[in-house]
Amino acid sequence: MTHPPGHRLPPPMGTLIERQAPLMFSFEGIRYAAYTGDTVASALTANGISVLSRSFKYHRPRGIVSLAASEANTLVEVNGVPNVFAERHILSEGDCIRGQNYLGSLSFDWNAWIGAFGRFLPIGFYYCSFFRPQGAWRFWEPVIRRMAGLGRVNVAAHHGYYDKAYLFADDAIIGGGAAGLSAAIAAAEKGRRVVIVDENPVLGGALNYGRVDADGMRAGDERNRLLARIKTFSNITILAGARCEGCFADNWLSIVQRQRLYKLRAGRVILATGALEQPAVFRNNDLPGVMFGSAAQRLIRLYGVRPGKRAVVLTANDFGYGVALDLADANVDVVAIIDLRHGSPGGVMKSAAAARKIRIDTGAAISEALGRGTVRGVRVVRIEPDGSAGAAFETINCDLVCVSVGFAPNLALAGHAGGRLVYDAQTAMHLPTNLPAEMAVAGSANQHFDLDMAIADGSRAGRGPQGAEQFAGDHSAYGVTHPRPLFPHSKGKEFVDFDEDLTVKDILDTIASGFEDIELLKRYSTAGMGPSQGRHSSVNTIRLTARARGKSETDIGTTTPRPPYSGESFGVLAGRSFDPVRRTPMHHRHLDAGAQMMVAGSWLRPAYYGKTQEADNAIVKEVTSVRSGAGLVDVSTLGKLEIRGPDSPEFLNRLYVTGHLKQPVDRARYGLMTDQTGTIVDDGVICRLAHRHFFVTATTSGVDAVIRSMYLCNAQWQLDVDITNVTAAYAAVNVAGPQSRKILAEVCNDIDLDKDAFPYMGVRVGHVANVLARVMRVGFVGELGYEIHVPAGCGEFIWDRLLDVGRKWGLIPFGIEAQRILRLEKGHVIVGQDTDGLTNPLEIGMGSTAAAKPFFVGGAALNAHAQRGLGRKLVGFKVEDGSLMPKECHLVIEGGEISGHVTSCARSAAVGGIIGLAYVRPHQSEIGENFTIRVDGGRLVSARVVTLPFYDPTNERQKL
Amino acid sequence: MPFKLLRQGFRRTKALDRILPVQQPLARNYDVIIIGGGGHGLATAYYLAKYHGIRRVAVLERGYLAGGNTARNTAIVRSNYLTPEGVAFYAESISLFKTLSIELDFNIMYSERGHLTLAHTDAAIRTSRWRAEVNKHLGVDSELISPDEIRRLCPQLNLSSKARYPILGALYHPPGAVVRHDAVAWGYAAAAARLGVEIHVDTAVTGIIKDGNRAIGVKTSRGTAHAERILQAVAGSSSHVAEMAGFRLPIRTIPLQACVSQPLKPFLDPIIVSGSLHVYVSQSSRGELVMGGSTDPYPLYASRSTLEFKEGLMAHMLELFPFLAEIKVMRQWAGIADMTPDFSPIMGVTPVDNYFIDAGWGTWGFKATPVCGKRLAEMIANGRPPKLIEPFALNRFQRFVQIGERGAASVGH
Repeated sequence: MTHPPGHRLPPPMGTLIERQAPLMFSFEGIRYAAYTGDTVASALTANGISVLSRSFKYHRPRGIVSLAASEANTLVEVNGVPNVFAERHILSEGDCIRGQNYLGSLSFDWNAWIGAFGRFLPIGFYYCSFFRPQGAWRFWEPVIRRMAGLGRVNVAAHHGYYDKAYLFADDAIIGGGAAGLSAAIAAAEKGRRVVIVDENPVLGGALNYGRVDADGMRAGDERNRLLARIKTFSNITILAGARCEGCFADNWLSIVQRQRLYKLRAGRVILATGALEQPAVFRNNDLPGVMFGSAAQRLIRLYGVRPGKRAVVLTANDFGYGVALDLADANVDVVAIIDLRHGSPGGVMKSAAAARKIRIDTGAAISEALGRGTVRGVRVVRIEPDGSAGAAFETINCDLVCVSVGFAPNLALAGHAGGRLVYDAQTAMHLPTNLPAEMAVAGSANQHFDLDMAIADGSRAGRGPQGAEQFAGDHSAYGVTHPRPLFPHSKGKEFVDFDEDLTVKDILDTIASGFEDIELLKRYSTAGMGPSQGRHSSVNTIRLTARARGKSETDIGTTTPRPPYSGESFGVLAGRSFDPVRRTPMHHRHLDAGAQMMVAGSWLRPAYYGKTQEADNAIVKEVTSVRSGAGLVDVSTLGKLEIRGPDSPEFLNRLYVTGHLKQPVDRARYGLMTDQTGTIVDDGVICRLAHRHFFVTATTSGVDAVIRSMYLCNAQWQLDVDITNVTAAYAAVNVAGPQSRKILAEVCNDIDLDKDAFPYMGVRVGHVANVLARVMRVGFVGELGYEIHVPAGCGEFIWDRLLDVGRKWGLIPFGIEAQRILRLEKGHVIVGQDTDGLTNPLEIGMGSTAAAKPFFVGGAALNAHAQRGLGRKLVGFKVEDGSLMPKECHLVIEGGEISGHVTSCARSAAVGGIIGLAYVRPHQSEIGENFTIRVDGGRLVSARVVTLPFYDPTNERQKL
Repeated sequence: MPFKLLRQGFRRTKALDRILPVQQPLARNYDVIIIGGGGHGLATAYYLAKYHGIRRVAVLERGYLAGGNTARNTAIVRSNYLTPEGVAFYAESISLFKTLSIELDFNIMYSERGHLTLAHTDAAIRTSRWRAEVNKHLGVDSELISPDEIRRLCPQLNLSSKARYPILGALYHPPGAVVRHDAVAWGYAAAAARLGVEIHVDTAVTGIIKDGNRAIGVKTSRGTAHAERILQAVAGSSSHVAEMAGFRLPIRTIPLQACVSQPLKPFLDPIIVSGSLHVYVSQSSRGELVMGGSTDPYPLYASRSTLEFKEGLMAHMLELFPFLAEIKVMRQWAGIADMTPDFSPIMGVTPVDNYFIDAGWGTWGFKATPVCGKRLAEMIANGRPPKLIEPFALNRFQRFVQIGERGAASVGH
């Protein structure tokens, strides 16, 4: 047989590569050739490179082990992105690949000295040292931090495009191998909508690379047969190259396909996720060139890469003999098959291997792999009757060691969904138990390794509904798992966990230190905490623990598998980041008028109109305009609720501190809401439009909580009331100032605007500029004013019309900053600014708003507060001219202690000087009292308590 | 390299010292029984044995040692709270944490990183200033800083004014630290056991034995034991256990989720918290980004994970650090938080005599572990709460004398 140059095999090997489409990529700065379809791992192997990275702790050279992302050793940096599995990244022209976790170069890592000093770094060494004298850790931590971590973050990386999609299925089948395809066919035959999810680029699973019979033909034939059948169904959807990363409550699956996150809700989930090969634990079992049999098969069949020249196969099942046959077919010299089993077990594959005159040693094991950088040979030992390794009897030279000593069913997703994994001593594998009702496991994930059995098991699961998941037992020799492939060596370095560089001694030392529980063992030793999350290490850890503690593996239990299965990128989880900005209907008018917008919850609101460098002047101008002429402010962001129904007065009366039972129709009342502890949570205006119909406003940031609390309360009270959030349905403006009546009169002729006919706190429904509007006379800013609510679609029109007709009366738009000063001059509180998480109505002088009524939310608490007396009071204060201006939240200091804090503070032209609101102790709250505020730099400023409101104390102006 | 490691390395044949004790049979009588083998319970046992001479102490744990919220938190320690009571309490906790490795002879890996609470709204700026002022008044190092200063401390942050929620400032708390959370519990367990404290794992309490209104013992899955005094310290199950004792708690129990990224070389030193974006993140000494957000939106006792949590959290992570888009989440999990109405804990006596409580630790329990242990031990030894924890009494809810920490506790765990 002739072969192409290098390590490539001729077709039909290499089903995933396109030989007519070669490409170039670089690794560690050197350019290499590959074919389209190659992964980083396959291309590097084809180029004779076996070292892909340096290990986490000892910086040992590492290469391919599983070729299935079962260990972190193949994590490389791809085009600046760290921690990418080399076997998963399909190469593109010009890709730039680098190894990770080394100092110097991948082939010569300065940090490799750590390996030689392993004896001085026992498990958990950092817990027992580095902390004396006091503060020593401050010195050591940066050293250890630099050593830890794998990939390097590129802080200049570009944030690419990601999106999300929803899918629905009667049956979601995870894994498109023999069992998964059979399950899909069986389910589809019943007319169910099926989605098959498979992480590989093509369906077929192990049928694409495995060998199930002596002549190596059957797997491919079965695959073709199953795929042809799948194609005949229109109710089967295939998601290939897509990995199911998590299975959440009620069969809610997270599936990642390139840059897209699919969220799939399935009636049933069938896990046909296969089984993961598991390592044998012997000295230097991490040397590049020591890999799973399935990894070698993948290289050969999927990528047409010859994994080595001279191989030793370590096995305990027929699967390993199949590997040997595949290697022989690929022109690899199979020097020996070392079978852990005593006697002469094995079936047709073994006979075929024997027929090819491959040397077979049974009852033997590998005690040590030899070589530096890559494997150069193995030491073979007899297995003693107690299962331990005896003395070495032979050294065999080789450059490839294929390990096929058993499997672990891939049941992480069952664990996500609440299933428990129980070790079955008979098969030396974990069984899924306690599965959710609508979940089934099939194929080798369910311990059926024989192809016929896997197909039958898949069909059973696909037919459903699931009865008891009785495991019938697969007694074929094919998938036998060795119960204890562990061969501790006196010189150590037999790795149990490749991600974390943990050896047998590390695990045993952890147990000896008292961390016996498997959960504690994991946390102390970090076994299974690396990027592979224990996919290759957890079973052997359990076996070691069982032996050390003299218990069975079943008693040891398992740690809980947590999502994600193998890692979801932040970008794919975030998607396009749905965090919408809410804009009022007049948004573009504000921008056109030069407004500076500010974030208010999810909304944007105009802070003021003008350039940022002229902010102060702009705000003063807006304030002055409202006080002397008129101003127009967009209050569309206010929460707006419709409360309808016969019980609506009773409902509001219970919910608000204020009284609403006898509120007259066409009247508005201030509404103050507290929670059960008497703490103020919101305020607004409650308008009675009709006997059974209220229109309620809530604060911009509070409305969502208000409506939740309304729903919650009425779920308990069961009153006959309908609650609707109409916040976005209405645009609202406030036209305020002495001229506002004249302005409104220009555009409103069906409401009598006379001061007696439409008094302060009156509500009217009429037409404003021919738009049906709700108009209320309220006075947040302390001037004659009208709040006008119109359908959102008319917001821009009303805004334009009012500004148009108001121009001659001096009407200009004003923003939040001006509004804050105006309301402060009136002493009106802003909930959330002048109140905090514990403010009760008594503290802000609103105790009298509490109506005498049998019940309201927070009523009992308010009574308790009233009886106990107040701890603090909100007062208005003035600061002497010329002193430093206090900022909001500066502290009030009395006798060296905190006695309160400032909640609002501003310079007021109308009042003259600096005014503000502050919490002080009750004895400081009398009018004329002085108190001290500590401002920036620790300086003290004296303030005097004054009567509220600061402006227009008799409230004449708002009642004009 | 420290001498201890060299000595250990050369004497390799010698077995390692056992850190956690071998479990004893449950005795009939103890001076003190502590229900809950998490950080708080173990710390209390340690201080009882070490400083109050009370060594006949049993710590009862339903599952494995410190496997509840002690194992599930995000290991941040800080004292930049809002109320004077809260600040004083957590400030003592920080001072105990700083010397804890030496106190316990076990490295808890206390790592001072600095803690930045980002403010994206003027309301958040106000709260930050308030916290800074209260902190400074009580001698705690906190300051309201500008975006320029934030850039100096954490140049990787997206400080663009074009961001969805631009960063306007931050509360900077230099003593903010991360700790190896499990190590705190193990250190206390080991030190307590050396003083004679018994730790019983896989020992579920199934009932409280009372004589009239006096608690005198507990029924467990491993038999019955009596004690002079009993403390419950069972975050996530507080209401259940209190019910066994015969009283109710003003607690809502809500899951709190977290996740970690794959390990990365160090690039992020400070702890970053954003209340508006519901994110907090730090990089562990192993290199993982440890990330969390706000509590789940509804009460639940199950510690399941959700996809929605991750989706929201990662969207906000990328708002702060857009360059992390291709970094991967490695593992997610949930803890169960006992939320009180005022976001402050409950410590002290209960309506049941001789039965003390440590509960309501919401999302801020880990950072209080040492101070809690020290002061609860003092309370149990003396029969009444010391002044520092008096304000946190259970009956404050009947009296409506709450300690409002919502603004400082809700996200910045």
